[in-house]
Amino acid sequence: MDQTLERRAPAEEARAPNPRRAFLRRGAALTTAAGLLGAGRAEALEPEKAAPALLPPNVPPWTRSQGGPFINPPYGLPSRHEVGVVRVLPQPAAAFPTGSRTPLQNLHGIITPSGLVYERHHAGVPDIDPNAHRLMLHGLVERPMMFTMEDLARFPSVSRIHFLECSGNSSAELKKPTGKTAQEIHGLLSCCEWTGVALSTVLQEAGIKRDAKWVLAEGADGAAMTRSVPLGKALDDALLVYAQNGEMLRPEQGYPLRLFLPGFEGNMSVKWLRRLKLGTEPFETREETAAYTDLLPDGTSLQFTFHMEAKSVITFPSGGQKLKARGFYEISGLAWTGRGKVKRVEVTLDGGKTWVEARLQEPVLSKALARFRLPWQWDGGPALIASRCIDDTGTQPGMGEVLKLRGANSNYHNNAIQYWKIDADGSVQNVRA
Amino acid sequence: MFAPKHILLAACTACTLTITPALAQQRYNLGRPATPAEIAGWDIDVKADGTGLPKGRGTVAAGAAIFAEKCAACHGAKGEGSVANKLAGGGGTLNTAGALKTVGSFWPYPTTLFDYIRRAMPHNAPQSLKSDEVYSLTAFILNVNGVIDAKAEMNQATLPKVQMPNKGGFKQVVD
Ligand code: HEC
Repeated sequence: MDQTLERRAPAEEARAPNPRRAFLRRGAALTTAAGLLGAGRAEALEPEKAAPALLPPNVPPWTRSQGGPFINPPYGLPSRHEVGVVRVLPQPAAAFPTGSRTPLQNLHGIITPSGLVYERHHAGVPDIDPNAHRLMLHGLVERPMMFTMEDLARFPSVSRIHFLECSGNSSAELKKPTGKTAQEIHGLLSCCEWTGVALSTVLQEAGIKRDAKWVLAEGADGAAMTRSVPLGKALDDALLVYAQNGEMLRPEQGYPLRLFLPGFEGNMSVKWLRRLKLGTEPFETREETAAYTDLLPDGTSLQFTFHMEAKSVITFPSGGQKLKARGFYEISGLAWTGRGKVKRVEVTLDGGKTWVEARLQEPVLSKALARFRLPWQWDGGPALIASRCIDDTGTQPGMGEVLKLRGANSNYHNNAIQYWKIDADGSVQNVRA
Repeated sequence: MFAPKHILLAACTACTLTITPALAQQRYNLGRPATPAEIAGWDIDVKADGTGLPKGRGTVAAGAAIFAEKCAACHGAKGEGSVANKLAGGGGTLNTAGALKTVGSFWPYPTTLFDYIRRAMPHNAPQSLKSDEVYSLTAFILNVNGVIDAKAEMNQATLPKVQMPNKGGFKQVVD
């Protein structure tokens, strides 16, 4: 079903972040064509089209007048010239839409702004009153407990930066190159600072019985989403989070409380968390049997493949963007692994024949996105570029390797290398190398 | 690096993920005891061995009537799929390019079907069905998949014993 996430029709293009925003990443505070065209559509920067009256030696109106008022609006918004940088739904619209995608190609650094974090819900976004939200903790515990949000906020808190990736991310690519942009293909990926209480701290409060081995996590949404979590993970680095990027969780991210399992497939970080139950075995819920299991070519399936493996994607230049002229560009992208820290990222400019090491932005954090960069002189010729992530467990595989070992039906955990083909006219396309 | 290696590693990584360390940590005395009545209202999960199944019973015939009323609009008259998932068919396709995963072709446990319908369906009114209705719908969906006989009754005792066609189809990796 997650395959439906992967398709977008031309109709969506009008609202989608425009792929040709390549030069926005230069960070220049320039008027964009988007502003001139009005809201709802973002265009590539086209500084050559700026009206002469706005350019030196003339002094533009924004320098010759008072600007807008403070707190307008009270919760601030991005510049109106950035209206096209938004999440998109797959198209054609599904009867029951499943998820929206983060505009990776428009983002800088490693933090995803809260309003651009991808969404994957199974029964919509509930509107939960935090005063009426409860976390029940029971099963194989000494003392079944009930917590209010006020209780949870009183525990010692912790903040950590981690990525979150849906295991269905990039899945349509297993069949054939399908998405056009980094957002369409890999946008079920975000990275935030998450704040909450260590799950181990809260479990201690109830007392874990000796034979407990698994924890069932259940949401308060209409799907009552449920996943089984190994107790070892729960006691290792699992968090009960209530805040994201410095503010309370967004409703679509689980307000007021979500489980967060660093490095594990996003679905397990159950949102709108209402119940934790300890047991001796996995609970065999629908989302760990019928879904989120990996169908292999022989017709059998892998169950409980939790970690999101080493993966990376070049976000500039990336699918749908266009290089206007030869010369200097900085290749830039994101790398991550659910196994810990990204050790190294390598980039190829010749379709995988040779690889060079990219520079990683420090600090490189465990189970977080890492930003990599590589200076590049484009000679105006065709190029086939890609990145591969290296972590403690090995090197990100190519699509051939993924297909050989997992097959095109596996649907989840596609971490194959992403190739972008740059044509002599500067256009960039999603291809299979 | 990625899954196939993990299959080999499964045996040892499974241990590290499920070990219970000796626990002697501070308590903060926050929260309060959950009462049995509170727990009973939310404790809706059903395990593969049937633990958690409520009292009650359901038949294929009763399920057919409820399905027509509350489910068919989205899933088709016999679960053949419509705006929402196909619930039947797909047998023998899992190792083909056109693999079709349904309750009949893919789901390993009959109890998961009861659990899922009770917690999440019908999509437009989750957690609105009575136990007998859930047993009946479970019976109907298993029957249209040819998994149980049209005369079979589903209850606490019979449902966990139903053998799903793809029961042996999963390798637990726990990694
Ligand atoms: C309004 C439309 C709608 C109605 C009515 C509805 N469903 Fe569903 N059903 C869905 C959607 C959408 C999904 C997929 C949900 C998801 O993936 O999170 C689904 C999923 C399911 C699944 C899981 C399918 C799979 O292969 O994973 C079952 C079983 C199911 N429904 C049974 C029922 C039953 C029984 C009823 C009637 C009581 C019902 N549904 C009524 C929309 C509906």
